[in-house]
Amino acid sequence: MNIIKNYGKDLFSILKENVREYGMYIALLLIITYFTIASGGIFISARNISNLLNQTGYIFILAVGMTLIIVIRHIDLSVGYIAGFLGALAAIFMTQHNIPVLITIIIVLIIGLIIGLWNGFLVAYMGLPAFVATLAGMLIFRGALLLSTRATGTITISNEAFNAISNGYIPDVANIEGVHLLTLIIGLLSVLIYVFSEMRKRKTLIKYKFEVMKKDMFITKLIFISLIISLFFYTLSQYRGISWTVVIIFIVVAIYSFITNKTVLGRHIYAVGGNPEAAELSGISVKKITLTVFGSMSMLAALSGILFASRLQSATTTAGQLFELDAIAAAFVGGVSASGGIGKVTGSIIGALVMASLSSGMNLLGVDVSIQYIIKGLVLVAAVVFDVRTRNKK
Amino acid sequence: MKNILEMKGITKEFPGVKALDNVNFEVKTGEIHCLVGENGAGKSTLMKVLSGVYKYGEYSGDIVFENKVRKFKNIKESEQLGISIIYQELALIPEMTIYENIFLGHEIKNKNIINWNETITESKKYLDLVNLKINPSEKVINLGVGQQQLIEIAKALSKDVKLLILDEPTAALNEEESDNLLKLLLDLKEKGVTSIMISHKLKEVTAIADTVTILRDGKTICSLSKEKNEINKNKIITEMVGREINDVFPKRKSKPFDEVCLEVKNINAYNHKLRRQVVKDASFYVKKGEVVGIAGLMGAGRTELAHSIFGNPYGYQVSGEVLVEGKNIDFSNPKKAIKAKIAYVSEDRKGNGLILMQDIKQNISLANLQTLTKGKIINNNQEIMIANKYKDSINIKTPSIEQKVNNLSGGNQQKVSISKWLFSNPKVLILDEPTRGIDVGAKFEIYTLINELISSGLSIVLISSELPEILGMSDRVYVLNEGRIAGELPIEEANQENIIQLATE
Repeated sequence: MNIIKNYGKDLFSILKENVREYGMYIALLLIITYFTIASGGIFISARNISNLLNQTGYIFILAVGMTLIIVIRHIDLSVGYIAGFLGALAAIFMTQHNIPVLITIIIVLIIGLIIGLWNGFLVAYMGLPAFVATLAGMLIFRGALLLSTRATGTITISNEAFNAISNGYIPDVANIEGVHLLTLIIGLLSVLIYVFSEMRKRKTLIKYKFEVMKKDMFITKLIFISLIISLFFYTLSQYRGISWTVVIIFIVVAIYSFITNKTVLGRHIYAVGGNPEAAELSGISVKKITLTVFGSMSMLAALSGILFASRLQSATTTAGQLFELDAIAAAFVGGVSASGGIGKVTGSIIGALVMASLSSGMNLLGVDVSIQYIIKGLVLVAAVVFDVRTRNKK
Repeated sequence: MKNILEMKGITKEFPGVKALDNVNFEVKTGEIHCLVGENGAGKSTLMKVLSGVYKYGEYSGDIVFENKVRKFKNIKESEQLGISIIYQELALIPEMTIYENIFLGHEIKNKNIINWNETITESKKYLDLVNLKINPSEKVINLGVGQQQLIEIAKALSKDVKLLILDEPTAALNEEESDNLLKLLLDLKEKGVTSIMISHKLKEVTAIADTVTILRDGKTICSLSKEKNEINKNKIITEMVGREINDVFPKRKSKPFDEVCLEVKNINAYNHKLRRQVVKDASFYVKKGEVVGIAGLMGAGRTELAHSIFGNPYGYQVSGEVLVEGKNIDFSNPKKAIKAKIAYVSEDRKGNGLILMQDIKQNISLANLQTLTKGKIINNNQEIMIANKYKDSINIKTPSIEQKVNNLSGGNQQKVSISKWLFSNPKVLILDEPTRGIDVGAKFEIYTLINELISSGLSIVLISSELPEILGMSDRVYVLNEGRIAGELPIEEANQENIIQLATE
């Protein structure tokens, strides 16, 4: 009895201490649970989860780039229409000039990068406020999108490989009715890798005599997260397996997490965001970092545009509308600090999941779209208020 | 003559420091009263108490203004009684016209609609009062600093000022502008305005003061009166620095080497924002294993000089040469200065020294991350070891190097800041106010560290506002005055009097 009591106490105190970090995970869990119950289980169904990810993948990608933009105390309003315009450009390249898919994608990504460097140049070297520079970009690329689709209107894309990016799934290793075996295998591997790496991390921490979680708490955490990973992959395996969108999101998140956590560049980005003057005095070029971050943002916007065009199997005249605001909201909900220097790429992904789950869940329940906007707005406010309050307490 | 103002037994404490300790301060109606004292003596704090920046209840003691005890809750209340304060940093709105600025906050209006014609006519009247012949429709941004100062005074006059307080009004002015301003103060005295002037320039003080009050370490030392013929420069200096040095400094065991490590030649720096030369033709050198103190009053250009050498992060226009171990170095940005083995520990560790939201190890490694990397990837374990090494050797008191710097005390933050720059492996270490705002124990530790560092051959430039620190720690002292090096003193000859003399000339 006493053991259970102590255990509960420890668990509670850990949750309480790390409420900032775990807060959004808990919120996400509550949202999922609520919609699952309210929709009679449809929300958590394999098909719904799979669609949810494929439909909003382009926002996830933007949210990753936006995280770094906000970390260095800027904003980028142009990414929505950059995505829209570059999606149209990809469609034109493939349908009107017969350029192969792979080359199209590479060219579009490079154009995205160049546009981003232009934004960064205006902000870092010309001293324009990012708000203004990217607002101008928003107008310019909206115009460019309309211009490029003027002759044809919506451009239908018939290339199967391209359309598979947002509609296709990874192949399976065996043909078993009702279960995607490769997905299950990948799921199992993920759990193993996760458990192994956490244990190694803990070992190093102990070696350097750092404070670590109590053993029972550590095991609880391992089991809990493993369970979530397993559940995720199990659900996907019940439908058509892992989609290419999920693969792309995973790769982008992995690359950006690595850069932000492990590399000099990542450290410099957070230093610039935390205190630009101190960063400059430490020999870091704030201008170059700004340029880099804006460049990466628009390259991701290009990728996002490709995902979106692929999902719709066409380039439309309204593609890109309000993408930027969804991405910004996802970042803030995911714990990125508006005053800079703080925020994780993975956090923004959770933020994007929260927003996507809200939309999907409310759609399932037949909530009117006007109400949906209001609720999402309130959630955004609540998330930032929570963030600011818990930060001030510390 | 009656007193317009009496401040009785004023005490104001900040966490850990007594900024004002039972200060008594009396100002007679119609006089020019100068308030002098070293950096940190409490002059500005006293004026903030008077003007209501620190509201009633945040200090103890009484303010008697025009024979009544006043309990100001904010600046507005003191302004309404005719107390106006003009700060060093001017509070004008550059993009507005002169007349808009003069009447900002007390607009001439009829039922909330501003009467611009009358505003312009009235503003001309006040411009005449301050002897400024200029079109009131001119934007303030187009005026020089001296003229802006006069606009501030005109603004105060337009509020029927009875007691005008000027905080180092001539600090940013050239000689002609300063003369003009002093003349104006004498004019205003004729018209019955009482003024208090805080100043470091003793020449000006002796020229216009009717009474001089000297503060030292938060206490009133004495008041000198012109009537009794007490005001002279030497007397003021003696009273300003008259404290006995009882801080203890650790014994120095090493002597400077013979070879010169840092040589700075003819540095000039121009600040475009202030439109003013902040460093003028400064040259100095530091030997290997030597501590060179740089003394000077607030605004003398000490930090600006350090910034100019350390890659000029704030974009002044800099000319001159810097040599490290006899070789001309590129010091056009901080990165290059760091590469040339110069390190700069900032005076403002929270503002531009450290990244408060990050932990100790991230702060220590920041300026020299590339040595911890393999192909741009940071070796976390090595970083931890380095941070632990400094934590132990410099004695940073913290449970873990993963502690956020924000949660450390001032002294420990400063140790992190110094560790960061030692990790960059410098030959020259510039310490800008290294002991500001830290407790006595940590101070002593930092002094001991300085001695250790020079014995291993490091060259140290010590910038400090605390004269005892300069005198106790330096091998040689340079005194800066208005951006110029006013003198060099070997430590045997240096004392508080001759440093202040050079700094205030």
